[in-house]
Amino acid sequence: MAKLSELLMRDVRFREGLTACMNCGVCTAICPAAEFYKYDPRQICSIVQSKDEGKIEELLRGDTIWYCGQCMSCKTRCPRGNTPGLVINALRRLSQELGYFTDSEKGRQQYALKQILGHGILHTGYCVHPDAMPPERHPEQGPVWSWFLDNIQEVTDRLGANYHRPGPGALRIIAEENLEEVRRIFEVTGGQALLDDIDRYSREKAKEMGYAERDVPTEYADYVYTQNNEEHQK
Amino acid sequence: MEHISKWREYQKEIADDDYFYERSCIRQSFFPGSEAAFLKILREVLGKNIVDDPNTHTCTGIGYHSDIVPFDTTQAVCARLFSLMNGAGLKHYVPSCVTSFGVFTEVVETWKHFPEELEKTRDNLRKATGREFEMPENIAHPSDIIYKFRKELKAKMKYQLVNCRTGEPLRVVEHVGCHYGKIFKEKAVGGAEFPQVLAGMITEWGGQVVDYPERRHCCGFGFRNYIVQANRGYSVANTKKKFESMEPYKPDFIVANCPGCAMFMDRWQYTIAEMEGKTYGNDGRGIPVLTYEEMAGMLLGYNPWDLGMQMHQVQVESLLDKIGIAYDPADKYVGKSGRFLGEPEKPDVLKV
Repeated sequence: MAKLSELLMRDVRFREGLTACMNCGVCTAICPAAEFYKYDPRQICSIVQSKDEGKIEELLRGDTIWYCGQCMSCKTRCPRGNTPGLVINALRRLSQELGYFTDSEKGRQQYALKQILGHGILHTGYCVHPDAMPPERHPEQGPVWSWFLDNIQEVTDRLGANYHRPGPGALRIIAEENLEEVRRIFEVTGGQALLDDIDRYSREKAKEMGYAERDVPTEYADYVYTQNNEEHQK
Repeated sequence: MEHISKWREYQKEIADDDYFYERSCIRQSFFPGSEAAFLKILREVLGKNIVDDPNTHTCTGIGYHSDIVPFDTTQAVCARLFSLMNGAGLKHYVPSCVTSFGVFTEVVETWKHFPEELEKTRDNLRKATGREFEMPENIAHPSDIIYKFRKELKAKMKYQLVNCRTGEPLRVVEHVGCHYGKIFKEKAVGGAEFPQVLAGMITEWGGQVVDYPERRHCCGFGFRNYIVQANRGYSVANTKKKFESMEPYKPDFIVANCPGCAMFMDRWQYTIAEMEGKTYGNDGRGIPVLTYEEMAGMLLGYNPWDLGMQMHQVQVESLLDKIGIAYDPADKYVGKSGRFLGEPEKPDVLKV
Protein backbone atom coordinates (compact mmCIF):
# COMPACT_ATOMS: atom_id res chain seq x y z
CA MET A 1 0.00 0.00 0.00
CA ALA A 2 1.17 3.52 -0.75
CA LYS A 3 1.99 5.78 2.16
CA LEU A 4 -1.03 7.32 3.88
CA SER A 5 0.29 10.81 3.15
CA GLU A 6 0.46 9.91 -0.53
CA LEU A 7 -3.04 8.45 -0.51
CA LEU A 8 -4.35 11.67 1.00
CA MET A 9 -2.77 13.66 -1.83
CA ARG A 10 -4.98 11.81 -4.34
CA ASP A 11 -7.96 13.72 -2.98
CA VAL A 12 -8.34 17.11 -4.67
CA ARG A 13 -9.89 18.44 -1.47
CA PHE A 14 -6.69 17.65 0.41
CA ARG A 15 -4.54 19.42 -2.19
CA GLU A 16 -6.88 22.40 -2.12
CA GLY A 17 -7.39 22.35 1.64
CA LEU A 18 -3.81 22.42 2.84
CA THR A 19 -0.74 24.08 1.43
CA ALA A 20 1.58 25.56 4.02
CA CYS A 21 -0.01 25.72 7.46
CA MET A 22 1.89 27.94 9.89
CA ASN A 23 0.02 26.51 12.88
CA CYS A 24 -1.34 29.85 14.04
CA GLY A 25 -4.45 28.20 15.49
CA VAL A 26 -7.02 30.65 14.15
CA CYS A 27 -9.02 27.67 12.82
CA THR A 28 -9.18 26.19 16.31
CA ALA A 29 -10.17 29.51 17.82
CA ILE A 30 -13.18 29.85 15.51
CA CYS A 31 -14.16 26.16 15.40
CA PRO A 32 -17.52 25.20 17.01
CA ALA A 33 -16.35 21.58 17.30
CA ALA A 34 -13.15 22.62 19.10
CA GLU A 35 -15.27 24.40 21.67
CA PHE A 36 -17.38 21.35 22.37
CA TYR A 37 -15.16 18.33 21.73
CA LYS A 38 -11.55 17.40 22.47
CA TYR A 39 -10.79 18.63 19.01
CA ASP A 40 -8.08 20.83 17.56
CA PRO A 41 -7.99 21.33 13.77
CA ARG A 42 -4.66 23.12 14.10
CA GLN A 43 -3.12 19.93 15.45
CA ILE A 44 -4.68 17.83 12.68
CA CYS A 45 -3.17 20.13 10.04
CA SER A 46 0.15 19.88 11.82
CA ILE A 47 0.06 16.07 11.79
CA VAL A 48 -0.84 15.65 8.13
CA GLN A 49 1.68 18.31 7.17
CA SER A 50 4.39 16.41 9.07
CA LYS A 51 3.61 13.26 7.03
CA ASP A 52 4.14 11.19 10.18
CA GLU A 53 2.59 7.90 9.04
CA GLY A 54 2.01 6.60 12.54
CA LYS A 55 0.20 9.72 13.67
CA ILE A 56 -1.86 9.88 10.49
CA GLU A 57 -2.94 6.27 11.06
CA GLU A 58 -3.92 7.20 14.62
CA LEU A 59 -6.13 9.93 13.20
CA LEU A 60 -7.72 7.53 10.72
CA ARG A 61 -8.48 5.02 13.48
CA GLY A 62 -9.57 7.49 16.16
CA ASP A 63 -12.59 9.60 17.08
CA THR A 64 -10.98 12.98 16.39
CA ILE A 65 -11.56 13.36 12.66
CA TRP A 66 -15.28 12.67 13.14
CA TYR A 67 -15.86 15.64 15.46
CA CYS A 68 -15.81 18.33 12.74
CA GLY A 69 -19.28 19.74 11.98
CA GLN A 70 -18.35 20.91 8.46
CA CYS A 71 -19.49 24.49 9.08
CA MET A 72 -16.32 25.56 7.25
CA SER A 73 -15.79 28.59 9.48
CA CYS A 74 -12.09 27.64 9.28
CA LYS A 75 -12.09 28.44 5.57
CA THR A 76 -13.12 32.04 6.21
CA ARG A 77 -10.49 32.66 8.83
CA CYS A 78 -7.31 30.93 7.74
CA PRO A 79 -4.75 33.62 6.83
CA ARG A 80 -3.11 31.15 4.44
CA GLY A 81 -6.34 30.25 2.65
CA ASN A 82 -6.32 26.67 3.92
CA THR A 83 -9.47 24.71 4.73
CA PRO A 84 -9.04 22.25 7.59
CA GLY A 85 -12.64 21.13 6.96
CA LEU A 86 -11.58 19.83 3.54
CA VAL A 87 -8.58 18.06 5.09
CA ILE A 88 -11.10 16.35 7.37
CA ASN A 89 -13.14 15.23 4.34
CA ALA A 90 -10.05 13.62 2.83
CA LEU A 91 -9.10 11.91 6.09
CA ARG A 92 -12.63 10.56 6.54
CA ARG A 93 -12.71 9.26 2.99
CA LEU A 94 -9.41 7.42 3.49
CA SER A 95 -10.48 6.06 6.88
CA GLN A 96 -13.55 4.53 5.26
CA GLU A 97 -11.67 3.14 2.25
CA LEU A 98 -9.21 1.39 4.54
CA GLY A 99 -11.82 0.23 7.05
CA TYR A 100 -10.14 2.07 9.93
CA PHE A 101 -13.32 3.99 10.81
CA THR A 102 -14.79 1.02 12.69
CA ASP A 103 -12.04 1.30 15.33
CA SER A 104 -13.66 4.37 16.91
CA GLU A 105 -17.11 5.07 18.33
CA LYS A 106 -17.60 8.19 16.23
CA GLY A 107 -16.26 6.47 13.12
CA ARG A 108 -18.64 3.54 13.51
CA GLN A 109 -21.53 6.00 13.20
CA GLN A 110 -20.87 6.07 9.46
CA TYR A 111 -22.93 2.90 9.25
CA ALA A 112 -26.00 4.69 10.67
CA LEU A 113 -25.40 7.62 8.32
CA LYS A 114 -25.12 5.27 5.38
CA GLN A 115 -28.38 3.58 6.39
CA ILE A 116 -30.25 6.89 6.76
CA LEU A 117 -28.79 9.14 4.08
CA GLY A 118 -27.58 6.54 1.58
CA HIS A 119 -30.98 4.90 1.51
CA GLY A 120 -32.70 8.27 1.25
CA ILE A 121 -30.63 9.45 -1.71
CA LEU A 122 -30.80 6.23 -3.72
CA HIS A 123 -34.42 5.25 -3.04
CA THR A 124 -36.31 8.53 -2.57
CA GLY A 125 -33.99 11.06 -4.23
CA TYR A 126 -33.75 13.09 -1.01
CA CYS A 127 -31.16 13.11 1.76
CA VAL A 128 -33.83 14.10 4.28
CA HIS A 129 -37.55 13.34 4.16
CA PRO A 130 -40.23 13.58 6.87
CA ASP A 131 -41.09 9.89 6.41
CA ALA A 132 -37.58 9.05 7.65
CA MET A 133 -37.86 11.21 10.76
CA PRO A 134 -40.18 9.38 13.19
CA PRO A 135 -40.79 11.26 16.46
CA GLU A 136 -39.29 8.46 18.57
CA ARG A 137 -35.93 9.08 16.88
CA HIS A 138 -36.37 12.84 17.00
CA PRO A 139 -37.79 13.86 20.37
CA GLU A 140 -36.15 17.27 19.92
CA GLN A 141 -38.61 18.02 17.11
CA GLY A 142 -41.33 18.55 19.68
CA PRO A 143 -45.07 17.88 19.64
CA VAL A 144 -45.59 20.04 16.56
CA TRP A 145 -43.61 17.50 14.52
CA SER A 146 -45.84 14.64 15.70
CA TRP A 147 -48.88 16.74 14.79
CA PHE A 148 -47.39 17.44 11.36
CA LEU A 149 -46.63 13.78 10.66
CA ASP A 150 -50.10 12.72 11.86
CA ASN A 151 -51.67 15.16 9.41
CA ILE A 152 -48.98 15.37 6.76
CA GLN A 153 -51.17 15.05 3.65
CA GLU A 154 -53.69 17.68 4.80
CA VAL A 155 -51.01 20.10 5.99
CA THR A 156 -48.66 19.80 3.03
CA ASP A 157 -51.59 20.11 0.61
CA ARG A 158 -52.57 23.36 2.30
CA LEU A 159 -48.98 24.62 2.06
CA GLY A 160 -48.76 23.98 -1.68
CA ALA A 161 -46.59 20.84 -1.54
CA ASN A 162 -47.09 17.67 -3.56
CA TYR A 163 -46.45 15.01 -0.92
CA HIS A 164 -46.21 11.45 -2.28
CA ARG A 165 -47.49 12.39 -5.72
CA PRO A 166 -45.74 12.60 -9.10
CA GLY A 167 -45.09 15.93 -10.82
CA PRO A 168 -43.44 19.08 -9.51
CA GLY A 169 -43.56 20.41 -5.97
CA ALA A 170 -42.17 19.85 -2.51
CA LEU A 171 -42.04 16.27 -1.20
CA ARG A 172 -43.13 14.85 -4.56
CA ILE A 173 -42.31 11.31 -5.64
CA ILE A 174 -39.19 11.47 -7.78
CA ALA A 175 -39.71 9.39 -10.90
CA GLU A 176 -37.87 6.08 -11.17
CA GLU A 177 -36.02 7.12 -14.35
CA ASN A 178 -34.42 9.99 -12.41
CA LEU A 179 -33.51 7.77 -9.48
CA GLU A 180 -32.01 5.27 -11.91
CA GLU A 181 -29.72 7.96 -13.31
CA VAL A 182 -28.67 8.94 -9.79
CA ARG A 183 -27.91 5.28 -9.00
CA ARG A 184 -25.89 4.96 -12.23
CA ILE A 185 -23.89 8.03 -11.22
CA PHE A 186 -23.16 6.38 -7.86
CA GLU A 187 -22.02 3.21 -9.66
CA VAL A 188 -19.73 5.03 -12.10
CA THR A 189 -18.18 7.52 -9.68
CA GLY A 190 -17.41 5.30 -6.70
CA GLY A 191 -20.38 6.40 -4.61
CA GLN A 192 -21.82 2.91 -4.45
CA ALA A 193 -18.37 1.46 -3.76
CA LEU A 194 -17.99 3.74 -0.74
CA LEU A 195 -21.41 2.71 0.60
CA ASP A 196 -20.42 -0.93 0.04
CA ASP A 197 -17.11 -0.38 1.88
CA ILE A 198 -18.92 1.15 4.84
CA ASP A 199 -21.35 -1.77 4.86
CA ARG A 200 -18.68 -4.48 4.57
CA TYR A 201 -16.33 -3.12 7.23
CA SER A 202 -19.25 -2.40 9.57
CA ARG A 203 -20.53 -5.95 9.25
CA GLU A 204 -17.06 -7.27 10.07
CA LYS A 205 -16.91 -5.04 13.13
CA ALA A 206 -20.43 -5.98 14.21
CA LYS A 207 -19.52 -9.66 13.98
CA GLU A 208 -16.39 -9.01 16.06
CA MET A 209 -18.59 -7.27 18.64
CA GLY A 210 -20.90 -10.30 18.83
CA TYR A 211 -23.81 -9.19 16.63
CA ALA A 212 -25.51 -11.80 14.46
CA GLU A 213 -25.41 -11.01 10.73
CA ARG A 214 -29.20 -10.51 10.57
CA ASP A 215 -29.09 -7.98 13.43
CA VAL A 216 -26.57 -5.63 11.82
CA PRO A 217 -29.11 -3.33 10.05
CA THR A 218 -31.24 -3.12 13.19
CA GLU A 219 -29.44 -3.72 16.49
CA TYR A 220 -25.92 -2.72 15.41
CA ALA A 221 -27.30 0.31 13.54
CA ASP A 222 -29.24 1.37 16.65
CA TYR A 223 -26.15 0.84 18.77
CA VAL A 224 -23.90 3.08 16.70
CA TYR A 225 -26.73 5.63 16.35
CA THR A 226 -27.18 6.02 20.10
CA GLN A 227 -23.91 4.98 21.79
CA ASN A 228 -21.99 7.78 23.51
CA ASN A 229 -19.25 6.91 25.99
CA GLU A 230 -19.30 10.51 27.27
CA GLU A 231 -15.54 10.83 26.79
CA HIS A 232 -15.59 13.11 23.77
CA GLN A 233 -16.32 16.48 25.31
CA LYS A 234 -13.83 18.86 26.80
CA MET B 1 -13.84 56.16 -0.43
CA GLU B 2 -11.97 53.18 0.92
CA HIS B 3 -15.18 52.02 2.55
CA ILE B 4 -17.05 52.22 -0.78
CA SER B 5 -14.24 50.38 -2.57
CA LYS B 6 -14.26 47.63 0.05
CA TRP B 7 -18.02 47.28 -0.18
CA ARG B 8 -17.84 46.87 -3.95
CA GLU B 9 -15.59 43.84 -3.48
CA TYR B 10 -18.46 42.08 -1.80
CA GLN B 11 -21.20 42.78 -4.30
CA LYS B 12 -22.27 39.71 -6.16
CA GLU B 13 -24.05 39.33 -9.41
CA ILE B 14 -27.60 38.06 -9.01
CA ALA B 15 -29.48 37.24 -12.20
CA ASP B 16 -32.69 39.22 -12.58
CA ASP B 17 -34.96 36.69 -14.33
CA ASP B 18 -35.32 33.23 -15.90
CA TYR B 19 -34.32 30.97 -13.05
CA PHE B 20 -34.01 27.19 -12.74
CA TYR B 21 -35.15 26.11 -9.28
CA GLU B 22 -33.83 23.13 -7.36
CA ARG B 23 -35.69 22.14 -4.21
CA SER B 24 -34.13 21.49 -0.84
CA CYS B 25 -34.51 18.27 1.15
CA ILE B 26 -34.57 20.08 4.49
CA ARG B 27 -36.60 23.08 3.36
CA GLN B 28 -39.37 21.04 1.79
CA SER B 29 -39.52 18.85 4.91
CA PHE B 30 -39.77 21.63 7.49
CA PHE B 31 -40.84 24.67 5.48
CA PRO B 32 -42.84 23.50 2.46
CA GLY B 33 -44.87 26.71 2.73
CA SER B 34 -41.71 28.77 2.27
CA GLU B 35 -40.82 26.98 -0.95
CA ALA B 36 -44.33 27.66 -2.24
CA ALA B 37 -44.16 31.29 -1.06
CA PHE B 38 -40.83 31.84 -2.85
CA LEU B 39 -42.31 30.71 -6.17
CA LYS B 40 -45.50 32.70 -5.57
CA ILE B 41 -43.57 35.87 -4.75
CA LEU B 42 -41.37 35.51 -7.82
CA ARG B 43 -44.17 34.69 -10.22
CA GLU B 44 -47.13 36.66 -8.89
CA VAL B 45 -45.53 39.65 -7.17
CA LEU B 46 -42.36 40.17 -9.20
CA GLY B 47 -43.52 38.65 -12.52
CA LYS B 48 -40.44 36.48 -12.94
CA ASN B 49 -39.95 33.22 -14.85
CA ILE B 50 -38.78 30.31 -12.70
CA VAL B 51 -38.89 26.66 -13.73
CA ASP B 52 -39.69 24.02 -11.08
CA ASP B 53 -38.55 20.84 -12.84
CA PRO B 54 -39.90 17.57 -11.32
CA ASN B 55 -36.82 15.71 -12.61
CA THR B 56 -34.53 17.37 -10.06
CA HIS B 57 -33.44 15.62 -6.87
CA THR B 58 -31.07 16.01 -3.97
CA CYS B 59 -27.66 17.58 -4.60
CA THR B 60 -26.34 14.95 -2.08
CA GLY B 61 -25.14 17.82 0.14
CA ILE B 62 -26.15 16.34 3.50
CA GLY B 63 -24.62 13.01 2.53
CA TYR B 64 -21.52 14.72 1.15
CA HIS B 65 -20.84 16.66 4.34
CA SER B 66 -21.61 13.53 6.36
CA ASP B 67 -18.89 11.84 4.25
CA ILE B 68 -20.92 8.95 2.88
CA VAL B 69 -20.86 10.44 -0.62
CA PRO B 70 -17.52 10.94 -2.42
CA PHE B 71 -16.73 14.23 -4.08
CA ASP B 72 -16.62 12.60 -7.53
CA THR B 73 -20.21 11.47 -7.03
CA THR B 74 -21.41 14.84 -5.78
CA GLN B 75 -19.78 16.56 -8.75
CA ALA B 76 -21.56 14.26 -11.22
CA VAL B 77 -24.92 14.61 -9.45
CA CYS B 78 -24.55 18.41 -9.64
CA ALA B 79 -23.61 18.04 -13.29
CA ARG B 80 -26.84 16.10 -13.95
CA LEU B 81 -28.82 18.91 -12.36
CA PHE B 82 -26.99 21.45 -14.55
CA SER B 83 -27.85 19.28 -17.54
CA LEU B 84 -31.54 19.57 -16.63
CA MET B 85 -31.12 23.34 -16.42
CA ASN B 86 -29.50 23.31 -19.87
CA GLY B 87 -32.43 21.24 -21.17
CA ALA B 88 -34.86 23.88 -19.92
CA GLY B 89 -32.94 26.49 -21.90
CA LEU B 90 -31.90 28.35 -18.74
CA LYS B 91 -28.59 29.62 -17.37
CA HIS B 92 -29.43 30.85 -13.88
CA TYR B 93 -29.34 28.14 -11.25
CA VAL B 94 -31.22 28.66 -7.97
CA PRO B 95 -30.57 26.00 -5.34
CA SER B 96 -33.14 26.34 -2.60
CA CYS B 97 -30.92 25.24 0.30
CA VAL B 98 -27.85 26.96 1.70
CA THR B 99 -26.05 23.60 1.88
CA SER B 100 -26.83 23.10 -1.81
CA PHE B 101 -25.68 26.64 -2.60
CA GLY B 102 -22.36 25.81 -0.93
CA VAL B 103 -22.08 22.49 -2.74
CA PHE B 104 -22.77 23.92 -6.20
CA THR B 105 -20.37 26.79 -5.58
CA GLU B 106 -17.67 24.40 -4.35
CA VAL B 107 -18.14 22.17 -7.38
CA VAL B 108 -18.00 25.02 -9.90
CA GLU B 109 -15.00 26.64 -8.20
CA THR B 110 -13.23 23.25 -8.20
CA TRP B 111 -13.85 22.94 -11.91
CA LYS B 112 -12.38 26.41 -12.47
CA HIS B 113 -9.25 25.68 -10.45
CA PHE B 114 -8.83 22.02 -11.36
CA PRO B 115 -9.92 21.59 -15.00
CA GLU B 116 -9.12 17.88 -14.81
CA GLU B 117 -11.96 17.51 -12.29
CA LEU B 118 -14.35 19.08 -14.80
CA GLU B 119 -13.22 16.70 -17.53
CA LYS B 120 -13.54 13.72 -15.19
CA THR B 121 -17.05 14.82 -14.25
CA ARG B 122 -18.03 15.22 -17.92
CA ASP B 123 -16.79 11.66 -18.58
CA ASN B 124 -18.54 10.29 -15.51
CA LEU B 125 -21.87 11.91 -16.34
CA ARG B 126 -21.67 10.81 -19.97
CA LYS B 127 -20.83 7.24 -18.98
CA ALA B 128 -23.57 7.06 -16.35
CA THR B 129 -26.40 8.86 -18.15
CA GLY B 130 -25.35 9.83 -21.67
CA ARG B 131 -25.82 13.47 -20.68
CA GLU B 132 -23.71 16.51 -21.44
CA PHE B 133 -23.80 19.75 -19.48
CA GLU B 134 -22.67 23.34 -19.33
CA MET B 135 -22.07 25.30 -16.16
CA PRO B 136 -24.60 27.95 -15.16
CA GLU B 137 -23.81 31.59 -15.84
CA ASN B 138 -25.14 32.52 -12.44
CA ILE B 139 -25.80 30.68 -9.18
CA ALA B 140 -27.94 32.57 -6.68
CA HIS B 141 -29.60 31.48 -3.49
CA PRO B 142 -33.31 32.37 -3.20
CA SER B 143 -32.42 34.75 -0.37
CA ASP B 144 -30.14 36.59 -2.84
CA ILE B 145 -33.11 37.07 -5.16
CA ILE B 146 -35.44 38.29 -2.42
CA TYR B 147 -32.64 40.66 -1.32
CA LYS B 148 -32.17 41.91 -4.88
CA PHE B 149 -35.85 42.79 -5.19
CA ARG B 150 -36.37 44.00 -1.61
CA LYS B 151 -37.32 47.51 -2.70
CA GLU B 152 -39.85 46.26 -5.26
CA LEU B 153 -41.34 43.98 -2.61
CA LYS B 154 -41.50 46.79 -0.07
CA ALA B 155 -43.68 48.76 -2.46
CA LYS B 156 -46.25 45.96 -2.33
CA MET B 157 -46.09 45.22 1.38
CA LYS B 158 -49.05 45.87 3.71
CA TYR B 159 -46.98 45.86 6.88
CA GLN B 160 -43.53 46.88 8.06
CA LEU B 161 -41.20 45.45 10.69
CA VAL B 162 -42.45 48.05 13.14
CA ASN B 163 -44.15 47.66 16.50
CA CYS B 164 -47.65 48.93 15.78
CA ARG B 165 -48.15 50.09 19.36
CA THR B 166 -44.89 51.98 19.90
CA GLY B 167 -43.89 52.85 16.33
CA GLU B 168 -40.41 51.51 17.07
CA PRO B 169 -38.57 49.26 14.60
CA LEU B 170 -38.63 45.58 15.53
CA ARG B 171 -35.31 44.18 16.75
CA VAL B 172 -34.35 41.34 14.44
CA VAL B 173 -31.58 38.76 14.77
CA GLU B 174 -30.40 37.71 11.33
CA HIS B 175 -28.73 34.32 11.05
CA VAL B 176 -26.94 33.59 7.79
CA GLY B 177 -26.23 29.91 7.12
CA CYS B 178 -22.51 29.08 7.24
CA HIS B 179 -22.35 27.68 3.72
CA TYR B 180 -23.84 30.85 2.24
CA GLY B 181 -20.74 32.98 2.77
CA LYS B 182 -18.10 31.28 4.88
CA ILE B 183 -16.74 28.98 2.17
CA PHE B 184 -16.66 31.51 -0.67
CA LYS B 185 -17.11 34.95 0.81
CA GLU B 186 -17.13 36.62 -2.60
CA LYS B 187 -20.31 34.66 -3.38
CA ALA B 188 -22.16 36.29 -0.48
CA VAL B 189 -23.75 39.73 -0.59
CA GLY B 190 -21.53 41.64 1.81
CA GLY B 191 -19.02 38.83 2.34
CA ALA B 192 -18.68 36.51 5.31
CA GLU B 193 -18.31 39.01 8.15
CA PHE B 194 -20.97 41.54 7.22
CA PRO B 195 -23.39 39.69 4.93
CA GLN B 196 -26.19 41.99 3.89
CA VAL B 197 -28.48 39.39 2.40
CA LEU B 198 -30.85 39.33 5.40
CA ALA B 199 -29.77 42.61 7.03
CA GLY B 200 -30.68 44.39 3.79
CA MET B 201 -34.19 42.94 3.83
CA ILE B 202 -34.67 43.78 7.51
CA THR B 203 -33.61 47.41 7.26
CA GLU B 204 -35.45 47.98 3.98
CA TRP B 205 -38.63 46.63 5.51
CA GLY B 206 -38.46 48.83 8.60
CA GLY B 207 -36.68 46.67 11.16
CA GLN B 208 -33.48 47.08 13.14
CA VAL B 209 -30.72 44.47 12.94
CA VAL B 210 -29.46 43.20 16.29
CA ASP B 211 -25.67 43.00 16.49
CA TYR B 212 -24.56 40.55 19.16
CA PRO B 213 -21.27 38.77 19.92
CA GLU B 214 -22.09 35.33 18.48
CA ARG B 215 -23.88 36.66 15.43
CA ARG B 216 -21.70 34.64 13.06
CA HIS B 217 -21.51 31.45 15.12
CA CYS B 218 -22.82 28.29 13.43
CA CYS B 219 -26.38 27.24 14.33
CA GLY B 220 -24.86 23.91 15.35
CA PHE B 221 -26.31 21.61 12.68
CA GLY B 222 -22.98 19.91 12.12
CA PHE B 223 -24.42 17.28 9.72
CA ARG B 224 -23.37 13.98 11.43
CA ASN B 225 -23.52 15.91 14.71
CA TYR B 226 -27.29 16.18 14.39
CA ILE B 227 -28.30 13.27 12.20
CA VAL B 228 -26.78 10.73 14.60
CA GLN B 229 -28.72 10.87 17.85
CA ALA B 230 -25.65 10.28 20.04
CA ASN B 231 -24.07 13.52 18.76
CA ARG B 232 -26.93 15.98 19.22
CA GLY B 233 -25.34 17.54 22.30
CA TYR B 234 -22.96 19.31 19.91
CA SER B 235 -25.84 20.74 17.96
CA VAL B 236 -27.92 22.02 20.86
CA ALA B 237 -24.86 23.36 22.72
CA ASN B 238 -23.86 25.50 19.75
CA THR B 239 -27.35 26.88 19.30
CA LYS B 240 -27.58 27.56 23.02
CA LYS B 241 -24.41 29.61 22.79
CA LYS B 242 -26.13 31.84 20.27
CA PHE B 243 -29.30 32.20 22.36
CA GLU B 244 -27.31 33.12 25.47
CA SER B 245 -25.43 35.72 23.43
CA MET B 246 -28.50 37.31 21.82
CA GLU B 247 -30.80 37.17 24.88
CA PRO B 248 -29.68 40.48 26.47
CA TYR B 249 -30.58 42.30 23.25
CA LYS B 250 -34.23 41.16 23.53
CA PRO B 251 -34.84 40.37 19.86
CA ASP B 252 -38.43 40.34 18.63
CA PHE B 253 -37.66 37.51 16.25
CA ILE B 254 -34.91 35.64 14.38
CA VAL B 255 -34.77 35.25 10.61
CA ALA B 256 -32.50 32.74 8.84
CA ASN B 257 -31.69 32.10 5.18
CA CYS B 258 -30.83 28.43 5.73
CA PRO B 259 -33.67 25.97 6.36
CA GLY B 260 -31.59 23.88 8.75
CA CYS B 261 -30.66 26.92 10.83
CA ALA B 262 -34.28 28.10 11.00
CA MET B 263 -35.48 24.68 12.08
CA PHE B 264 -32.74 24.14 14.67
CA MET B 265 -33.11 27.56 16.24
CA ASP B 266 -36.82 26.86 16.58
CA ARG B 267 -36.63 23.26 17.85
CA TRP B 268 -33.65 23.67 20.16
CA GLN B 269 -35.51 26.43 22.03
CA TYR B 270 -38.17 23.82 22.80
CA THR B 271 -35.52 21.26 23.77
CA ILE B 272 -33.60 23.64 26.05
CA ALA B 273 -36.88 24.69 27.69
CA GLU B 274 -37.90 21.09 28.37
CA MET B 275 -34.41 19.97 29.48
CA GLU B 276 -33.35 22.94 31.55
CA GLY B 277 -36.48 25.01 32.12
CA LYS B 278 -34.81 27.90 30.33
CA THR B 279 -36.69 30.01 27.81
CA TYR B 280 -35.38 33.00 25.95
CA GLY B 281 -37.68 35.94 26.45
CA ASN B 282 -41.23 36.62 25.41
CA ASP B 283 -42.72 35.56 28.79
CA GLY B 284 -41.64 31.95 28.39
CA ARG B 285 -42.75 31.67 24.78
CA GLY B 286 -39.31 31.87 23.20
CA ILE B 287 -38.08 33.90 20.25
CA PRO B 288 -40.00 33.19 17.01
CA VAL B 289 -37.78 32.00 14.16
CA LEU B 290 -38.80 32.78 10.59
CA THR B 291 -37.57 31.97 7.14
CA TYR B 292 -37.05 34.99 4.89
CA GLU B 293 -40.08 33.98 2.79
CA GLU B 294 -42.19 33.83 5.93
CA MET B 295 -40.93 37.31 6.80
CA ALA B 296 -41.64 38.63 3.29
CA GLY B 297 -44.97 36.79 2.96
CA MET B 298 -46.14 38.00 6.37
CA LEU B 299 -45.42 41.63 5.38
CA LEU B 300 -47.10 41.14 2.01
CA GLY B 301 -50.24 40.18 3.92
CA TYR B 302 -50.30 36.43 3.22
CA ASN B 303 -52.24 34.28 5.67
CA PRO B 304 -49.58 33.08 8.15
CA TRP B 305 -51.20 29.64 8.24
CA ASP B 306 -50.90 29.36 4.43
CA LEU B 307 -47.20 30.19 4.84
CA GLY B 308 -46.78 27.26 7.24
CA MET B 309 -46.04 29.21 10.40
CA GLN B 310 -48.15 26.74 12.39
CA MET B 311 -45.31 24.22 11.81
CA HIS B 312 -43.07 26.15 14.20
CA GLN B 313 -42.61 24.92 17.75
CA VAL B 314 -42.07 28.49 18.99
CA GLN B 315 -45.37 30.20 18.26
CA VAL B 316 -45.50 33.33 16.11
CA GLU B 317 -48.70 35.03 17.34
CA SER B 318 -46.86 37.45 19.63
CA LEU B 319 -44.88 38.69 16.62
CA LEU B 320 -47.99 38.99 14.45
CA ASP B 321 -49.64 40.99 17.24
CA LYS B 322 -46.65 43.32 17.54
CA ILE B 323 -46.79 44.13 13.83
CA GLY B 324 -50.59 44.34 13.86
CA ILE B 325 -51.14 41.52 11.39
CA ALA B 326 -54.69 40.17 11.46
CA TYR B 327 -55.02 36.37 11.61
CA ASP B 328 -57.71 33.85 12.43
CA PRO B 329 -56.72 31.59 15.36
CA ALA B 330 -59.42 29.09 14.36
CA ASP B 331 -57.77 28.68 10.95
CA LYS B 332 -54.35 27.72 12.31
CA TYR B 333 -54.74 23.96 12.49
CA VAL B 334 -57.06 23.52 9.54
CA GLY B 335 -56.06 21.30 6.62
CA LYS B 336 -56.53 21.73 2.89
CA SER B 337 -59.98 20.15 3.09
CA GLY B 338 -61.10 22.77 5.60
CA ARG B 339 -61.22 20.19 8.38
CA PHE B 340 -59.90 21.04 11.84
CA LEU B 341 -56.98 18.68 12.43
CA GLY B 342 -56.73 19.00 16.20
CA GLU B 343 -53.95 20.86 18.00
CA PRO B 344 -50.43 19.63 18.77
CA GLU B 345 -49.86 18.62 22.36
CA LYS B 346 -48.57 21.40 24.58
CA PRO B 347 -44.95 21.26 25.77
CA ASP B 348 -44.42 21.05 29.51
CA VAL B 349 -42.29 24.19 29.80
CA LEU B 350 -42.27 26.20 26.57
CA LYS B 351 -45.46 28.24 26.50
CA VAL B 352 -47.52 28.00 23.36
